[in-house]
Amino acid sequence: MINTEKIRKDFPILGEKVNGNDLVYLDNAATSHKPKEVINSLVEYYEKYNSNVHRGVHALSIKATDEFEKARISVQKFINAKNSNEIIFTRNASESLNLIAYSWGKENIKLGDEIFITPFEHHSNIVPWQMLCKENEAILRYFPIDNNGDIDVDKFSKEISNKTKMVSITHMSNVLGTVLPIDKIIELAKKYNAVTVVDACQSVPHMPVDVQKIDSDFLCFSGHKMLGPTGIGVLHGKEDILNNMSPFLYGGDMISSVTYEDSKWNDLPYKFEAGTPNIADSIGLGTACEYLTKVGMDNIWKHEMELGQYAVEEISKLENFKILGNKSKELRGGVVSFIHDSIHPHDIGSLLDGFGIAIRTGHHCAMPLVRSYGVVAASRASFYLYNKKDEIDKLVEGLKKVEEYFK
Amino acid sequence: MRELSDFDEMYQEVIIDHYKNPRNKAKLTNFTEETLSHNPFCGDEIELQLLIEDGVISNVSVDGRGCAISQSSGSLLSETILGKTIDQAKIDNNSMRSLLKDEDLDDKHLDSLADSTMIEGVKKFPVRIKCALLSWSALSDILNNY
Repeated sequence: MINTEKIRKDFPILGEKVNGNDLVYLDNAATSHKPKEVINSLVEYYEKYNSNVHRGVHALSIKATDEFEKARISVQKFINAKNSNEIIFTRNASESLNLIAYSWGKENIKLGDEIFITPFEHHSNIVPWQMLCKENEAILRYFPIDNNGDIDVDKFSKEISNKTKMVSITHMSNVLGTVLPIDKIIELAKKYNAVTVVDACQSVPHMPVDVQKIDSDFLCFSGHKMLGPTGIGVLHGKEDILNNMSPFLYGGDMISSVTYEDSKWNDLPYKFEAGTPNIADSIGLGTACEYLTKVGMDNIWKHEMELGQYAVEEISKLENFKILGNKSKELRGGVVSFIHDSIHPHDIGSLLDGFGIAIRTGHHCAMPLVRSYGVVAASRASFYLYNKKDEIDKLVEGLKKVEEYFK
Repeated sequence: MRELSDFDEMYQEVIIDHYKNPRNKAKLTNFTEETLSHNPFCGDEIELQLLIEDGVISNVSVDGRGCAISQSSGSLLSETILGKTIDQAKIDNNSMRSLLKDEDLDDKHLDSLADSTMIEGVKKFPVRIKCALLSWSALSDILNNY
């Protein structure tokens, strides 16, 4: 069990008032708050040793380089990557996915090849593949869905073939909270030598993730959703595949030598980190990984599953609200999307905001998925380690007031 | 602390009425112009059809999906522009934008907007102004060709 009250004290923003009410922040799938330790690590970098990395011989630069590389190791340990050189710092998961599409994809996806993604994807795991397929005349295919609206792995096993060159899947849906059977999917993909990509934006922050166990070729996530700063993301790739890829961006730091005629690329991970990196936020992300490890990812995941289940139960009690996706406990994390049979999510969101309750409303950057439920938008409550059951009670009370208002 | 009543300015009775009972919603079989406007931020949609005869909007249909503000605004728009000349509809469109930007409007312009002015309460909720202007943007798409 985790001590929510104690944890809440680490997050300065949770003491803020919104429209005169205590903040009830239930929009963690969009971005998480930051503990004091993470904020302090940013301040410390700028106040005590701000300097460029991998260049200087002076004390500050050596310290900055040390801390920057320590952060990489913190991330490596956090997801149990084999080597720290498999951790590429990017701006966010979108950039990580684009890096794969532009670098690996452009060179390896050929006319008539197939890429499989699921209908649950965030736009960031749809659009790069759409563009790649258009450019390279490949075919973008979607996983089949069973009658419950879940991924139909059996049916997929009959659709995947030697033409399938890549399978890119979300680990957990940012709309439905559903955890996908990525182990089975990756096992199948490997039989056909398809490269596997996991969008782990909603899993790495919330549950224990071991990339060696998952055995994906690539795995992407964003720092700001896991208590880290904005502007820092991660691409994990297996060393051998990264070594065989061309750089995504060209410039400083990513070269080993440059003549007026030609250049040679630096080793991993620097080959993919052109220009001065986001030093402060990398260090902040490293601190976030250490904070999460201290609390324990098993504990956090258990806590969030409980909150998710409680929210599903409580919102289901409201007559005119409907939960999207599979309600079963085993398959669901701390993300709950719901719709009202007549009140639009934006009207719900505006009124809840008046009570200090922050939820997400809209298409959640997953337009095709939300539309498949016959609506253009939904409301979403998403939880994290600092949320507590009485905040879900406040949400439910708020929803009742919204209904009363629009009656 | 914000009370539910603070929202009354945005969700005026007229607004809720137009949301629940949208006017001129039936699709036209006889029309000269048609456009679909959507807000990528929230997915709201407004489908606007106009029958323009001799420079006059002689029939209108507004259909869509979305929040109380975007949908009621569309319904109000249909009443405001029905029977107007193209030129007057253009003036109304500009007036609507001025109104939501909190710019001064004289009575003549306000009168021409009629009940559409009731949407003005969204000014206090800036993220919702886009919702209020969705149908008016659809109208611009059509009128820009005239």
